Amino acid sequence: MKKIEAVIKPFKLEDVKDALAEIGITGMTVSEVKGYGRQKGHSELYRGAEYVVDFLPKIKMEMVVDDAMVDQVVNTVVEAARTGKIGDGKIFVSDISKIVRIRTGEMDIEAI
Amino acid sequence: MDTAYVIDTLFTLFSITLIILMVPGFAMLEAGLVRTKNVSSVLTVNVMIYAVASMAFILVGFHLAFGGFQSQTMSQWAFFMFQMAFVGKAINIMSGGVGERAKLLPLTLFTVVMGAFIYPTVVNISWGSDWLAGTVLDLNFVDLAGSTVIHSTGGWALLAAILVIGARKGRYVQGQIRVIPASNIPLVVLGAMLLWIGWFGFNGGSVGSISTKEAADSVALTIFNTNTAGLAGAISTGFLIYLRYKLFDITMILNGALGGLVAITAGPHLYTMVDSIIIGGIGGVLVVLAVPLFDRFRIDDPVGALSVHLVNGIWGTLAVGIFASDPIKGISLMNQLKGVGVIAIFVFSVSFTIIYVMNKIIAFRASDEDQLEGLDVSECGLEAYPEFKRAI
Repeated sequence: MKKIEAVIKPFKLEDVKDALAEIGITGMTVSEVKGYGRQKGHSELYRGAEYVVDFLPKIKMEMVVDDAMVDQVVNTVVEAARTGKIGDGKIFVSDISKIVRIRTGEMDIEAI
Repeated sequence: MDTAYVIDTLFTLFSITLIILMVPGFAMLEAGLVRTKNVSSVLTVNVMIYAVASMAFILVGFHLAFGGFQSQTMSQWAFFMFQMAFVGKAINIMSGGVGERAKLLPLTLFTVVMGAFIYPTVVNISWGSDWLAGTVLDLNFVDLAGSTVIHSTGGWALLAAILVIGARKGRYVQGQIRVIPASNIPLVVLGAMLLWIGWFGFNGGSVGSISTKEAADSVALTIFNTNTAGLAGAISTGFLIYLRYKLFDITMILNGALGGLVAITAGPHLYTMVDSIIIGGIGGVLVVLAVPLFDRFRIDDPVGALSVHLVNGIWGTLAVGIFASDPIKGISLMNQLKGVGVIAIFVFSVSFTIIYVMNKIIAFRASDEDQLEGLDVSECGLEAYPEFKRAI
């Protein structure tokens, strides 16, 4: 089982969610985060004093999938989230050792 | 006779209501300009200042300022309350500028002193029973609604307080000015506009009567000039900051409008429309220049109170001598300057002394830890914006 974390541009959330629904992914956790990579921030002005805002708003999506689905999910996210401009984001894939569904107690694959 | 009495009473009560609208005005303006972790503390200060200052004034201060409160032209209670309505404004000016690092208890204690003694003394020598009459310090300056008596008084007390209490932690670090942005711009706008509207009662009511044709004209002219100065302040500020930065900062534009309103407050019954535009316009320019200047001197003013109230309180008082001078009535720049100077020396030195001494006994400045955690937690135990609002 693998966890797929995708940091994407906020306005891409709906597109990515819809594209994943089409390939059968119907569950995920989404959080509002801030970050920067090569996409630098910008400067703002407040009452005559300039300051730099380094961090940009992003959306982080997390989902846990069966090993067999990983490549398909990653490609789907890449296609849906890409704009071609700096700041599109990154995807991280990591191992998951155990899953439990709280309501029923189902474990691992059955809990996905 | 009775009709005039009733009309004047009604008008005064109406003006009082508008002036008290400035309480939520100040409150929302400040709540929007500070960080979320300090919002409850700032709002608590605003409410407590209004209550404590007004109470100190009606119990002690009024009598110091005026002696008795009989009035021939309106209900004495209306006159009494009208004077009370101003007190909180002067002190709110002071409390806003020390927000985010001043502790509530010492601030409240100083409010008692200011409401019962400092402010009433200023009123006494400017509008009231006048201890200084006949002495060399006798003041004979025009200040209809308090450019000096309210705004500069609050401003000088604030300057004294900031010099004793210091800047917010993290504001001036290693020679740099660190920006601490506003947390809620809609509240800033709401607050400033409530102040603007409240000013119609602040200045209009200060004319004192509306029950004759002459008085009615004077009140209408006063309110018209007041509003015009606000318009001019907003426009000149907007224009100037766009010219300088190619961007529009609504917090500055509103400060500029308020600056214009402060500037007109000494003589709105005396000016022409063009006078008002110029006075208000210059008021806005002064705000744009003053805000960064105070930062340059490391005087931390989260809400721009010094630029709006102190600087324009002085400009507004002097403007009477420039635009409405009248040798027959004794209105001159010299007289205005004397009023500005004497009150400046009195208010600043007394405030500084009292705050400095009080500070030795009960510290005004919140500790670094408290400032980092936020005064909502350390002073109020009540967060304006609690974490995990929908946890339940």
